[in-house]
Amino acid sequence: MNNEQFEPVIIGFTCNWCSYRAADLAGTARVKYPPNVRLIRLMCSGRIDPTFVLQAFAGGADGVLITGCHPGECHYLEQNLKALRRTMLLQRTVAQFGIEPERVRLVWASAAEGVYLANAITEMVEEIRALGPLNWPQVAALNGKSHVLTPAIASVVVSEELVEAAI
Amino acid sequence: MNENGKPKFGMYWASSCGGCEISVLNIGEHILTVDEVFDVVFWPVATDFKYEDVRGYPDGYIDLCLFNGAIRNSENEEMAHLLRQKSKVLVAFGSCAYEGCIPALANFTSREAIFQTVYLDSPSVDNPGRVIPQPVTAVPEGQLHIPEFYNTVKSLDQVVDVDYTIPGCPPEPHQIWAVLQVVVAALTQGAELPPKGSIIGAKETAVCDECLHPKSEKKIFRFYRPYEKVPEPGVCLLEQGIVCMGPATRGGCGALCPQVGMGCRGCYGPLGGVADQGARMLSAVASVIGVGEPEMDERMLEREFETVMDTLVDPAGTFYRFSMAHSLLKRAKIKD
Amino acid sequence: MPQERIGVYVCHCGSNIAGTVDVEELTAWAGEALRHRGVVVARDYKFMCSSLGQDLIAKDIKEDALTRVVVAACSPHLHEATFRKACADAGMNPYLCELVSIREQVSWVHTDKAAATAKAKAVISGGVERVIHHAPLEPMSVPINPATLVVGGGIAGIQAAMEIADSGFHVYLVEREPSIGGHMAQFDKTFPTLDCAACILTPKMVSIGSHPHITLLTYSEVEQVDGYVGNFNVTVRKKASYVNSDLCTGCSVCEEKCPKSVIDPVFEAGLGYRKAIYRSFPQAVPKFPVIDADNCIYFDTGKCKACEIHCEAGAIDFEQEDQILELNVGNIILATGYDLFDARRETQYGYGRLANVFTSLEFERLTNAAGPTNGNIVLRDGETTPKSVGIIHCVGSRDRKFNNYCSVICCMQSLKFAHLVKERTGAEVFNFYIDMRTAYKEYDEFYQRVLSEGVHFIRGRVAEVTDVSNTPEEEDKLVIQIEDTRIGRQRRIPVDMVILSAALEPRHDSDEVAHQFGISCSVNGWFIEKHPKLDPVATMTEGIYIAGCAQGPKDIPSTVTQGAAAAARVLGRIQQKEMALEPIRAEVTEALCSGCRICNNLCPYTAIVFDEAKEVSVINAALCQGCGTCVAACPSNAISGTQFSNEQVMAQLHGLLMLNIMEPVVS
Repeated sequence: MNNEQFEPVIIGFTCNWCSYRAADLAGTARVKYPPNVRLIRLMCSGRIDPTFVLQAFAGGADGVLITGCHPGECHYLEQNLKALRRTMLLQRTVAQFGIEPERVRLVWASAAEGVYLANAITEMVEEIRALGPLNWPQVAALNGKSHVLTPAIASVVVSEELVEAAI
Repeated sequence: MNENGKPKFGMYWASSCGGCEISVLNIGEHILTVDEVFDVVFWPVATDFKYEDVRGYPDGYIDLCLFNGAIRNSENEEMAHLLRQKSKVLVAFGSCAYEGCIPALANFTSREAIFQTVYLDSPSVDNPGRVIPQPVTAVPEGQLHIPEFYNTVKSLDQVVDVDYTIPGCPPEPHQIWAVLQVVVAALTQGAELPPKGSIIGAKETAVCDECLHPKSEKKIFRFYRPYEKVPEPGVCLLEQGIVCMGPATRGGCGALCPQVGMGCRGCYGPLGGVADQGARMLSAVASVIGVGEPEMDERMLEREFETVMDTLVDPAGTFYRFSMAHSLLKRAKIKD
Repeated sequence: MPQERIGVYVCHCGSNIAGTVDVEELTAWAGEALRHRGVVVARDYKFMCSSLGQDLIAKDIKEDALTRVVVAACSPHLHEATFRKACADAGMNPYLCELVSIREQVSWVHTDKAAATAKAKAVISGGVERVIHHAPLEPMSVPINPATLVVGGGIAGIQAAMEIADSGFHVYLVEREPSIGGHMAQFDKTFPTLDCAACILTPKMVSIGSHPHITLLTYSEVEQVDGYVGNFNVTVRKKASYVNSDLCTGCSVCEEKCPKSVIDPVFEAGLGYRKAIYRSFPQAVPKFPVIDADNCIYFDTGKCKACEIHCEAGAIDFEQEDQILELNVGNIILATGYDLFDARRETQYGYGRLANVFTSLEFERLTNAAGPTNGNIVLRDGETTPKSVGIIHCVGSRDRKFNNYCSVICCMQSLKFAHLVKERTGAEVFNFYIDMRTAYKEYDEFYQRVLSEGVHFIRGRVAEVTDVSNTPEEEDKLVIQIEDTRIGRQRRIPVDMVILSAALEPRHDSDEVAHQFGISCSVNGWFIEKHPKLDPVATMTEGIYIAGCAQGPKDIPSTVTQGAAAAARVLGRIQQKEMALEPIRAEVTEALCSGCRICNNLCPYTAIVFDEAKEVSVINAALCQGCGTCVAACPSNAISGTQFSNEQVMAQLHGLLMLNIMEPVVS
């Protein structure tokens, strides 16, 4: 098990107009990239809600890729720049949670950039692989296991397990 | 109900500051009505009952239990389970029980770091033996046990099933009284209680709905911490760059803070259907950062954004001041 | 307990999916592992999009009382509509069907079967979770403005405009140059029939110019495109021509009198001159000249005005300014054509350095009776008739240094050149080719004919064209160095003239144009059609069609076919009078809106307004384009977005991370 390479799980949010089509194009062109990314289609990168990113981490993702049209090429004029603002502030915020900001990556990819997107995915997978697992469910569960109700605090009986965990 | 026929009332203080208790007393003369209607069977702050007494009650004995405070240690958790078992209606009372509140800001750090500061590093500490509390200590007479201090602060609903939640730090007295009236009506006149799981004693809309400052379109060019700026009266604080969590925070408090020029801190928690109050506010605030033109070179644009974001000191602490325990991430990851 | 009855349908797509994904295992897994989420049937099939595949789904909807359908197949951009329709036909609201991509996003991009199958499971799981949160929707209906914008006045645009206008609907034809006609107007003869290009093109041009249903906007460019299918608002800049077209008679005296001659890099391909006031060519449509202000003496020095002085109609207007026109159209056809490969980039062929190396377009002008040499095939000195001519195919095409693709027309064009040289000069002609591609009606016959005319064909890629001679007979000649692959020897062929059959390339600004119209370009830069085989003139953006070389290199017959096809598609749309739009819109729940006004300036379409009386923000559904930016920004959760709601995205996320498998979600 330890000899096996760590395979990160990355959730990718794609814009319907550019990056999702870039992903389609990568497919049509049979460009290969690692299977670690699972994509969600949004209409625009401006739809990205930091909640989605945090939910992805909380749910076990090791990285989140947000992709949109290049600046100046947004299908909805400049909503991709809203995504940029949010991503930048989100990166600062998650850093305070002890999450490497590189785990949230914003990539611009036009509908023609299938190869570019595939390369960006490959690059990100490698980067996250190097960072190692995020394992958030375990982080959040620290001390979070449901304790069996032990009788009487007054008589102060503490299970061995609890004692061990505390020391 | 027991011999005197009155419904039983309990209130407990876990990891919290005590403000919730004071807020209950702040309902004024109505407290007499509470005493009239209820039979207080457990309220450590106000009455002398012991844990043993509670353990002796039959299950479901307490009709209404207001539980305030977060789950910081094993004693808090144990009492949560006990009171759940003994109560018909268990209410997460106040922000700590609801979503961790200020105690849960400790989730940005670790138990070890907290102990280091509190017992060793703090300038006022004199601890030559460098003693750190241990759950179990061996003494000649045997073993001494104290509650285990958890690494992560949790909300009440993360350890037991909660019937209702009254948000706020603390809940506003008028809201408390309103809730009590509903409960009293239910208990005495058979009126219907709100559906289980409801957030009660608050509004469905954000604090802005109650805030009297006129609102305009928003564009933020820099952020100000409260001490950095005297707010212009009669102008939405957020529009002035003063971080006000009002738009992302459930109303019901009467918008007390923004009305006196202090940005809403977010103590009433997220609005209905919001999974993460901090993320919501982050998204909103980032969206209205007013600098940068789409034509700009991307690096230039990023620099512009950086400059504004640099003025927003401690975004996580700002956005998650009250909701940390209940946020999606719940705590920070501490590097070994 | 699951509320929904979900059917999961896994497509093999022949071996496209089944080759990399274990579809049987995937299907069995979906039926088992997702049963607790409401999956009651899971099936796989060779081709889900076939009528039999669709029937399979329809049958289950009816017999198994399905309430949701998840199809795991190709990209939703390809077949979402197909499966939605199949569901609708079976009585289910089409928006309760979700198509997840396990082809473009899984089988085609991954190689490891186990990993691909595992990812496909996650993708299906995401789709199942998402579809649970779908709501039945009704498409929005928008009226189709019957007017059409055609961009580009080459033969593709001309054909498209004519077809639509002849059907009685209005067309705005926008052309960047002063005249329509495009590249075809520059040609002399067209292969394989050797029709005179002008003879077949100019009558069409004239009809365009005089058509009651066509507004011809030459010397004009599209500046901005807003709106959506049925209702585009297009801003066109009509450049100042300094000639009042209401007064100009097209007599061309101004051109004669203009003292300033300029090399014409466009129509004459740099081979001939035009004046500072000019029409592209005598048969230009419209007939009005334009003043090229950059080269006009008056604009430079404030003196001259020869044109004004000699214009009897008084049509010269030096004060004229660019005009900005606002057009409302329902559909748009892009027929913006191609640029010729700059042969200077293939440095070893010497174009631009060796005088008698010509590009194909230069040669077209050279053979054209209306061209700078009156159709005489002569060397750059303007006098000498070449005794030997080398024609090099695939210059800039099929070449990893430049363009990997075949430019389609070069073989036939080179054969045409060979024939014309032979016919008009009797010179020895050598064609240097890699493969001879003459696949179309009567093309190979033409090849046979040129073969029989004694033209030499040498197979190989030319290494170099040089003026350095090794032998006396090479002196003062251009020497073509090539490995003749049919005899396996290096050869040096001395010729007087070299013609480079240069590649067709996307317009230099095709990326910008694509962006302006909201469509995409391929890696090579050609506009991408909706489907390469089944929908070659539509694009991914509703209401935008493409025709001619803008979509990829092609000859005149194919270009005309596409122009007509695009017109037919537009006419179909117009006849519908209104069309259904995806109901992807944002909406404010007033009861939840606190009037914080965070969202108010986030909408680029100004669809969000603040209702001062109610103190809530309101979204105008007609203006909303469904990007969802405001949905993500609303801190109160008061804005919801149909088809991309928070619940749907969060549920899909949940499914993709397989959290539904690990710990069943209790709703």
